[in-house]
Amino acid sequence: MRTLSRLWPYVRPVRTRLFTAAFIAVLASCIGLVIPLVLKWMVDGPIADRDPAGVWLGALYLLLLGLAEALLFGFRRWLVARPLSHVEAEMRADLYRHLQRLPIAFHDRWASGQLLSRATTDLMLLRMFLAFPLTFLLVNGVTILVGVSIMLVQDWTLGLVILIPAVPVLITCVVFEKQYSRAARQAQDQVGDLTTVVEESVLGIRIIKGFGRHRSQARAFRELSGKLRGTELHKARLLATILGIIVTLPELAIGAALVLGAVQVADGELSAGTLVAFLSTALALRWPVDSIGFLLAMSQEAATATERYFEVMDAEPESGSTASPAKDGGPREGLRFENVTFRYPDAPEGSPPVLDRVDLHIRPGESLALVGATGSGKTTLTALVPRLHEVTEGRVTLDGRDIRDMSRDELRSRVAVAFEEPTLFSATVGENVLMGGGSGEEDLDRALAVAQADFAHALPQGTATQVGEQGLSLSGGQRQRLALARAVVGRPDFLVLDDPLSALDVHTEAAVEAALRRVLADTTALIVAHRPSTVLLADRVALLSGGRITAVGTHHELLRGNAEYAHLMSGDPAEELEEQR
Amino acid sequence: MTAATTAPVRDEDDDRTPQESGDPFDRDVLPTPPGATGALLRSLLAPMRGRVALTALLLLLQQAAVQAGPLLVAYAIDSAVPAFRDSDHGPLFAVAAGYLLCASAAGALQYAFITASARVSQDVLLDLRGRIFRHAQALSVDFHERYTSGRLISRSTTDVESLRELLEEGLQELVMTILSAVYISVLLLWLDLGLGAVAVASFVPLYLLVRSYQRRAQRVYRKRSTAIAAVIVKFVETMNGIRPVRAFRREKANDADFAVLNRRHEKTNGDALLEMARYVVGSRVTANTTVALIVLWGAYRVAGETLALGVLAAAVLYLRRLYDPIDRLGMFLNSYQSAAASLEKIAGLLAQTPSVPEPAAPRELPGRRSGLPGREVVFDDVRFAYRTGGEVLPRFGLTLPAGQTVAVVGSTGAGKSTLAKLLARFYDPSDGRVLLDGVDLRDLTGRDLRREVVMVTQEAFLFSGTVAENISIGRPEATREEIEQAAREIGAHDFIAALPDGYDTDVRKRGGRISAGQRQLVAFARALLADPAVLILDEATSSLDVPGERAVQRAMATVLKGRTAVVIAHRLSTVEIADRVLVMERGRIVEDGSPDELIGGTGRFADLHRAWRDSLA
Repeated sequence: MRTLSRLWPYVRPVRTRLFTAAFIAVLASCIGLVIPLVLKWMVDGPIADRDPAGVWLGALYLLLLGLAEALLFGFRRWLVARPLSHVEAEMRADLYRHLQRLPIAFHDRWASGQLLSRATTDLMLLRMFLAFPLTFLLVNGVTILVGVSIMLVQDWTLGLVILIPAVPVLITCVVFEKQYSRAARQAQDQVGDLTTVVEESVLGIRIIKGFGRHRSQARAFRELSGKLRGTELHKARLLATILGIIVTLPELAIGAALVLGAVQVADGELSAGTLVAFLSTALALRWPVDSIGFLLAMSQEAATATERYFEVMDAEPESGSTASPAKDGGPREGLRFENVTFRYPDAPEGSPPVLDRVDLHIRPGESLALVGATGSGKTTLTALVPRLHEVTEGRVTLDGRDIRDMSRDELRSRVAVAFEEPTLFSATVGENVLMGGGSGEEDLDRALAVAQADFAHALPQGTATQVGEQGLSLSGGQRQRLALARAVVGRPDFLVLDDPLSALDVHTEAAVEAALRRVLADTTALIVAHRPSTVLLADRVALLSGGRITAVGTHHELLRGNAEYAHLMSGDPAEELEEQR
Repeated sequence: MTAATTAPVRDEDDDRTPQESGDPFDRDVLPTPPGATGALLRSLLAPMRGRVALTALLLLLQQAAVQAGPLLVAYAIDSAVPAFRDSDHGPLFAVAAGYLLCASAAGALQYAFITASARVSQDVLLDLRGRIFRHAQALSVDFHERYTSGRLISRSTTDVESLRELLEEGLQELVMTILSAVYISVLLLWLDLGLGAVAVASFVPLYLLVRSYQRRAQRVYRKRSTAIAAVIVKFVETMNGIRPVRAFRREKANDADFAVLNRRHEKTNGDALLEMARYVVGSRVTANTTVALIVLWGAYRVAGETLALGVLAAAVLYLRRLYDPIDRLGMFLNSYQSAAASLEKIAGLLAQTPSVPEPAAPRELPGRRSGLPGREVVFDDVRFAYRTGGEVLPRFGLTLPAGQTVAVVGSTGAGKSTLAKLLARFYDPSDGRVLLDGVDLRDLTGRDLRREVVMVTQEAFLFSGTVAENISIGRPEATREEIEQAAREIGAHDFIAALPDGYDTDVRKRGGRISAGQRQLVAFARALLADPAVLILDEATSSLDVPGERAVQRAMATVLKGRTAVVIAHRLSTVEIADRVLVMERGRIVEDGSPDELIGGTGRFADLHRAWRDSLA
């Protein structure tokens, strides 16, 4: 429950309205408790005295109180409607903002579904918590206290009888809260697991079908959903127990009060009106008491949701940079890796670094191909340049400046990247490409031409066609070409291309290469390459092996002089090449 | 987001997009046949008819026990008290006993009802989840290519969730409200016809109020669900594309876009809450006015001695209970509306029929004819067009003898992948037949077909679990030695052994970062272990480097020797191991021959090959 206090900074701006609303709810609730007193007055006064005018007056009081109660409850809701939606929206915007700035390593670990459920379900639970349980735990508490006081004042013996069940009910609530919270968290986690199976079975559908594995997937799904059902039933039993107790004990107390009250009325110690008022007060307290169970359950779920929300919000964003002012007209030195060591922040202790003291210099205007065996860390190396990952040791410099001394914004505006996995966003083709910089039709057309992505003009609305999850789906090759266009559209000083042509067919690849060569003529570029054809785009080649740069030279130099390189490029076993020489 | 997830890649043959934009798939509206939603609901509830009845009975009894209280109050005041005065203690004892009984019964029945109804709703959900899952798995690949994964996932998560809310909270609430309204009305009418009639009359304005609220809320809720859907899409897209978001400095622009969507949702959300506030005021005013009227009239008559005091007291106590749940009726309407929309979407999904059905009367494959482990494949007068129109493969015939390795080359959209998918029976041909050793693929059971024909695609998806488990998808009963053997053959053993826990490394956990090329090697090991008669490789080497590709080729030449293989590749290096090359263009096979013949010739393949050779020099 303490975790809920972390919501305060978000609630603070709307606290006035929230507190006013709570106060009004208490007021409205207490009006409900005055109604029985009016009844008592009517029964013992005008009714007993046969006074019609008094009856009218009593009914008028009732009507006014009823209208006041209705309006106050409505006013409470009106007060909080906008502010609470606002709190929810603020928290969501903060989460989104924060997530966009968390290190890539964080996103590697977290499935998007897990993040999404925090941005939607969890925040909705929190809004509902602020709207109901938070207010009504207070309101009901006050109502119960006031109601019990009224009853004690009217007849203290009956009042005490009514109070007897309070202790066992409270104890049950405390015990219940603990157990229920454990079950609730378990259910939430099991839903997460189930979602993962669903996600995988959809994303891997071709493999499942290709190997006829749908039965075992279905079995895994059945097991998990069966487990979830078990947990949900456990939750239901807990809830049923608490509700059973909350219903029975107070009702028994009311029954006892009724019998005792009736005896007292018969003995003339108590007026009939008092008994009626007493019982209607007790019944008016039924909802405040009954609802405690579900209010606590909701609070518990809100606490879990808060925990889940802050789990993400507490993650450290990318470390800041000590942005020193740009030295204009500094020497054009190109891109340099100096003694760069990298290990993933979440790598197990003592595992070898992915990159180990890498030294590499790409001269201004030069393009360098990076070649290495599968899994040798080429993609990791490229990710260091736009600071998607931070070097563990050593430094990377652009024209002599450490990239950590630039603001990320400046750095990323100077370095353009095309990833192996091309991602398009829900926007038009033109907008997607122009995200890379540049402006206007001319740049767009030029970039599309370079990437051989002229198919974009033939789409239903040309370059204004919507793509992404909400629009037209494009093939892998088409997306790759648009991603390439995005990388070159802003005429960046530095270009990082991670195997940019893997999904293209031979014709298209040749055409793209021809056009890229012109772009690369005056761009400093680092290109991850698997194929000789891609390597030939570059002026020089660097070989990455065992986390280190083991050779640098032209394609032909390395092909002749480096067995490993020759092996990577031609596929012939290294030994044979050694012999041939 | 995790290392092993890749977005599904639409294959290259899908260049048919333009004519598709009016398709129901593009907007999330699958046609739901009229009545399908109701039929779905009925079929979910039918098997537990008995238990639903039991649950209803429990609720009926529980409400009876709960509503007995005020009746006992009336009896106590009007009969037991006068009797007690006359020293007759019996009636008061009866009241005590009655109250004790009712209170305990109410509690016990409450417990029984909640557990029983939870069991019903959980079983309905279990059934529904299973149905969606199995159905989605049964639907053919062409469906999955058009219905985005996000939609399918939200069908089985958020949509089921909103149904759960309805079943667990809303429905109970509604039945309880209606039941208690009926009970109380009957009791009031029985206690006093006049007072009861006033209470029943108040239902008219209340009904109108609920109706108008429902209509207004529906509009707001529709807007709200569109608004939240837009927020979700933006959110998921950003998180899945976090690298380009960072690299292209989209954070601020995204913040601004998201703020617009988020504010729109905030506004509709606030609107919905305000509608609710209006409704609450209306219903409370009606309820409280009715109470005042009944008290006025009742008190008048008690004063005139035409009504007993106890009856008035009971009526007042009942009225509170009658009107208390009315606020919650509004909440129920909300969850009902969203659940109905969800159920309709689910029904639409379940109404899709698999376009690649299992055979009614399956046939067995004959023993291998050729003595080779491979089998003969015949495309007999096959034509393929999408159901929405657009012919991909015009009528053609093709025979692949057992044991032959065939390379298929050609540019994007030439129909290579479609050919492969027909052979793997991801699609069925529009006309003609695809035969495996003379048996139509449509006559084979899924199990037989999948044992014989295996396809490895460009998207090397890894499931959560260990590397070993991922490889053994190809043959679940394989031993660890066989798994390692397959990995060794394909050249994946070294990198797997270097992972933190070797073959037992969980691909989604710490240190489990596996590159695209390595994922493809795992996919190959999987196929190798499955040991099929026909192997199809659809761009399966695009992320491999040359040695990786060579290892795959070596494995095909040794381990898979004698199997029939169809290899689709952009890279001509793959073609070198082929016995035969097919060049495809616009759905037609334009060149067909051995690699040497084609290279020596003057066709397109010769040009391509020359260019490629040059790049290696």
